[in-house]
Amino acid sequence: MAPSPSDQGEVAATGGPAAALRPDAIKAIPVRHWGRWISAGVVTYLLVALIVSFVKNPNVQWNVVGQYLFSPITMRGLLLTLELTFIAMFIGAAGGVMLAVMRLSDNPVLSWIAWVYIWFFRGTPVYVQIIIWAYMGSLYYTLYLGLPFTGLVFGSAQSSRVIVTFVAALLALGLNEAAYAAELVRAGIISVEAGQSEAALSLGMSPALTMRRVVLPQAMRVIIPTMGNETISMLKTTSLIAVIGGLEMFGRLQQVYAQTFEIMPLLVVACIWYLFITSILTLGQARLEAYFGKGFGEKEAEAAEQRAVKRAARARHA
Amino acid sequence: MPSTSHIVTAVDGGESSGRPMVKAEKVWKSFGKLDVLKGVDLEVMPQQTYVLLGPSGGGKSTLLRCINHLEKINSGRLWVAGELMGYRQKGAVLHEMKARDVAKQRSHVGMVFQRFNLFPHMTAIENVMEAPIRVQHVPRKQADTEAEEILRRVGLGEKLDTYPGQLSGGQQQRVAIARALAMKPKLMLFDEPTSALDPELVGEVLDVMKQLAVDGMTMVVVTHEIGFAKEVADGVALMDGGVIVENGPPGEVLVNPKEDRTKVFLSKVLA
Repeated sequence: MAPSPSDQGEVAATGGPAAALRPDAIKAIPVRHWGRWISAGVVTYLLVALIVSFVKNPNVQWNVVGQYLFSPITMRGLLLTLELTFIAMFIGAAGGVMLAVMRLSDNPVLSWIAWVYIWFFRGTPVYVQIIIWAYMGSLYYTLYLGLPFTGLVFGSAQSSRVIVTFVAALLALGLNEAAYAAELVRAGIISVEAGQSEAALSLGMSPALTMRRVVLPQAMRVIIPTMGNETISMLKTTSLIAVIGGLEMFGRLQQVYAQTFEIMPLLVVACIWYLFITSILTLGQARLEAYFGKGFGEKEAEAAEQRAVKRAARARHA
Repeated sequence: MPSTSHIVTAVDGGESSGRPMVKAEKVWKSFGKLDVLKGVDLEVMPQQTYVLLGPSGGGKSTLLRCINHLEKINSGRLWVAGELMGYRQKGAVLHEMKARDVAKQRSHVGMVFQRFNLFPHMTAIENVMEAPIRVQHVPRKQADTEAEEILRRVGLGEKLDTYPGQLSGGQQQRVAIARALAMKPKLMLFDEPTSALDPELVGEVLDVMKQLAVDGMTMVVVTHEIGFAKEVADGVALMDGGVIVENGPPGEVLVNPKEDRTKVFLSKVLA
């Protein structure tokens, strides 16, 4: 705000010897970015041309797109896609944290187990792992719960009944994800300053408590963006389970166009849904980042004031 | 000074006043082939303020970190309040303590770091409440009240709900001191607490430490603040090359040093 002449007079009168009159704000003609305007025009022109050509293309068969966009086939497939994505990511994230902590543990047995696990699951294609889990029944006809070499058996079940397609898909996607997540979490943990652990330990906190209360919450700031990436990637990786007859959204649409040859319109349907869900996931990621970024935000001063007001209100009620 | 300005009251001065709070006996510490401490003997009595001076790399910080077992010593013995740190002695055999028991010992020793090391994802009061709630299982409400009280006493009553990122260095260090005090420690260790501060913020932290010394807290302080040592220290030790070159009351060591090494150091620091 530009001070009015009378303000300036006051400033000059009350300020010490260092206080000077504030000169007028600079008014200058900004640099003209002609290149930007021209390139923006060209890009817009090309983009509009591309969209119009696509939208007006009769071969896209927009009526078919509309017909399948909310059809029961698509919806049922979409439900499975979402179930697989979220449960597999849950297994992946939980397993990843566990493996990362094991890998960084002083205990050589735990560290070695985690290393071998990550080595195996990162070292083989997830596509192959999906098939292996689905055919586990051909390797082990029956699953036993008991102590090996003792003949002690608490229960048993036929593999093909336990590892149905859904379970095989979940195991394959979840366990594979855990290996990748483990490395992400480990990177996050390493990024937290050593001084943080030392401060927690010097307060008498145990190593486990230090990890849970001090290190992991800070590591989350680094982990969340990459985990968001992994979730979006998982959303699309679920389409691989078509190989074992798992009919998530893309598998179902594939089945349809194999018979009707409406390939393009159904691919458009699939893309619309993948883009829609990815957009929602991106929003969710932003909220998680905000939550775990507390203490690092730019609007912290205001937030602190609000918390202080709440505290005062609580004190009045108490 | 009026009693209302106390930061801590009823300091645990050790049950039998004759026993030292910290006792180091021929303490050696090496990192790989590098010997950082080469036989350090030290005794700090309850309610004393002991200042460790000396050039960087002399072993001051390492000694401090050994006292609360953040570093394991290689030889010698180290006791805090009569307890061997990190080990249990059964007859002539030493047994390493489990992490849980080491944590228990550490909970009686507060430490303040050069870089503050506040938990950035917790507000000032959350930083102070965390260990009492999680380690000592103090009820949340009581911990909240006590944390608020301690923060008030170090002059931060207005900053309870502020995250460390919004505080100045001096304020952060005072929160760090409050965080350590909330555990009601028998002993406070300060590792160059003012070295990372802007010069104009050093005073507010030293004032808190001086008050703590007056209140009878037992403190071991690594610092370059000769003025602080002169004013409040009961004992001063000059460390260099992993040994204590000279120690004694500040009136002797800082005013009439016997060792040439001490004279050289003081002449450089006071120049």
